Amino acid sequence: MSNNTIISLKDIVVDFDGEVILPGLSLDIHDKEFVTFLGPSGCGKTTTLRVIAGFIEPKSGSVFFDGKDITHLPPYKRAVNTVFQKYALFPHLNVFENVAFGLRLQKLPELEIRSRVLSMIELVGLKGFERRNTTSMSGGQQQRVAIARALVNQPKVLLLDEPLGALDLKLRKEMQTELKRIQQTTGITFIYVTHDQEEALTMSDTVVVMSKGYIQQIGTPEDIYNEPTNSFVADFIGESNILDGIMHRDFVVEFAGREFTCVDRGFDKQELVNVVVRPEDIEVVPAIQGQLTGVVKSVVFKGVHFEMRVEQAGYEWIIHSTRASQPGELIGMNIGPEEIHIMHRMEEN
Amino acid sequence: MKAKIAAAPYLVWMVLFILVPLGVVVYFAFTTADGAFTLDNITEFAAYLPVFVRSLLFAVAATVICLVIAYPFSFMLSRMRLNHQRTVQMLVMLPMWMNFLLRTYAWMTLLENNGLINKFLALFGLGPLQMINTGGAVVLGMVYNYLPYMILPLYTVMVKIDQSVVEAAQDLGCNTLQMTAKVLMPLSVPGIVAGITMVFVPSVSTFIISRMLGGGNNLMMGDLIEMQFLGNSLNYNLGSAMSLVLMVVVLICMSITHVLGNEDVEEVM
Repeated sequence: MSNNTIISLKDIVVDFDGEVILPGLSLDIHDKEFVTFLGPSGCGKTTTLRVIAGFIEPKSGSVFFDGKDITHLPPYKRAVNTVFQKYALFPHLNVFENVAFGLRLQKLPELEIRSRVLSMIELVGLKGFERRNTTSMSGGQQQRVAIARALVNQPKVLLLDEPLGALDLKLRKEMQTELKRIQQTTGITFIYVTHDQEEALTMSDTVVVMSKGYIQQIGTPEDIYNEPTNSFVADFIGESNILDGIMHRDFVVEFAGREFTCVDRGFDKQELVNVVVRPEDIEVVPAIQGQLTGVVKSVVFKGVHFEMRVEQAGYEWIIHSTRASQPGELIGMNIGPEEIHIMHRMEEN
Repeated sequence: MKAKIAAAPYLVWMVLFILVPLGVVVYFAFTTADGAFTLDNITEFAAYLPVFVRSLLFAVAATVICLVIAYPFSFMLSRMRLNHQRTVQMLVMLPMWMNFLLRTYAWMTLLENNGLINKFLALFGLGPLQMINTGGAVVLGMVYNYLPYMILPLYTVMVKIDQSVVEAAQDLGCNTLQMTAKVLMPLSVPGIVAGITMVFVPSVSTFIISRMLGGGNNLMMGDLIEMQFLGNSLNYNLGSAMSLVLMVVVLICMSITHVLGNEDVEEVM
């Protein structure tokens, strides 16, 4: 991973009819990286992507590409290509001509077009489908055509707008691996938009978590999962127990009615904080041995683990455990210092 | 079987109001006033060739102008927000609720030598321009009256073209012109063919517009045919022959358009 910034957004403001979508977004994207914009719908991730593609001109702010200001450049003059959510293949062209579309516009010699298109079709695993009509293909195949059509132009940056959203789970998993492989083979910067946190964690080098037009956290998938900077990120990236707490002093926090030892420090004295505990980080023990005790409300089998809802002092905990307890049973819960994540309480923005 | 019974009224309708009249037209076209077989009516048509050519030219001009206006208009309309689309669509349809004759009369008062436009120009010391009783006025009348018939089929096709397909074209390097030529046009062929048909056919056979706006010097085939049936030159046989020739020519034009349209579609597929 190199540290060359390829795309740089500076104070991007976008509004639609007075409704502010991006209130001033700044972000640097490094060359050859797989970057994912992750967030719930309406968080501005697709808008950001469209600003980079050139389909939306920001009200203010600038977009830099390789150091050059491209804010006012129309989409067809930008060295980026897009894979659209609904594939957006040209229904009047076959697979070959769809992929060749961009190259034909560049008026390249026919021979070069042929070889590049064919090798790209092979790369996405559609060899033999060149003459097929795209409208008669499955969703997964159409998506491969869309990816080939964008990649064949050798863009410096490929933008992907929830490209796997319409596919079923198994196909989505396959395509995730495929996309990651293609990204590594070609060395092209991928900017990927999704609301699926698992997808983001699986594929990305860097995840940008967004909410309401603000960037909540930028980091590697491990960072984002293990060290969420606020309760929004913690909640969005996987299920979490989020509780209000008070940081009494360094390494001591109070929540759920008792004090816990933790590994965090540097907070103000008696600061009100959010405490995040992952469901899989809670150890279920006999009631008498538990730091906390609660009554099991429900148990659901999830395949790898059981998901239990446990009520303790008015808070409903989510616990993932490989061993099932009985509903109504009184159980004990232990939480190790390493498993307690403490973050400044988020202001509502 | 049920479907066949349900189709019966339609079949009767077709026979009564399409096949029978057609048969009558053909019968008259190939007979003399006494009912004897003749080809004279058809050959006599040659004398009216200039009128025939003028009809075709005017109709082609009106169709082309309609297409040039309606194509970008329909595209913009199809990209508007839905409630705006409805409003504009309504505005396009609105004149059609008014009687065709009234609308054309309105143009007469606008275009006349001492009509509204010339009066307005006179305020600036311009004119008067000779607008009424010209070929241009006839074409204008046709464009005005038939434009909605071009817009609606084009709009219907374009509204189905996904915006992301348009964006994909731009994303891959198309400017607006290239996007239109390489994506929009091929995808809107059915609308173009339908629009051309719906404007060209009534244009080539019109007689009211040419009479009201064209004066005596811009007669079209429709005028000639009307005269044979209602005018002082009463001659059903000649009128039928003219109708028949016009019909055949229109049919040929339409089949050419359809074949071209379909070939286009197949070629790019």
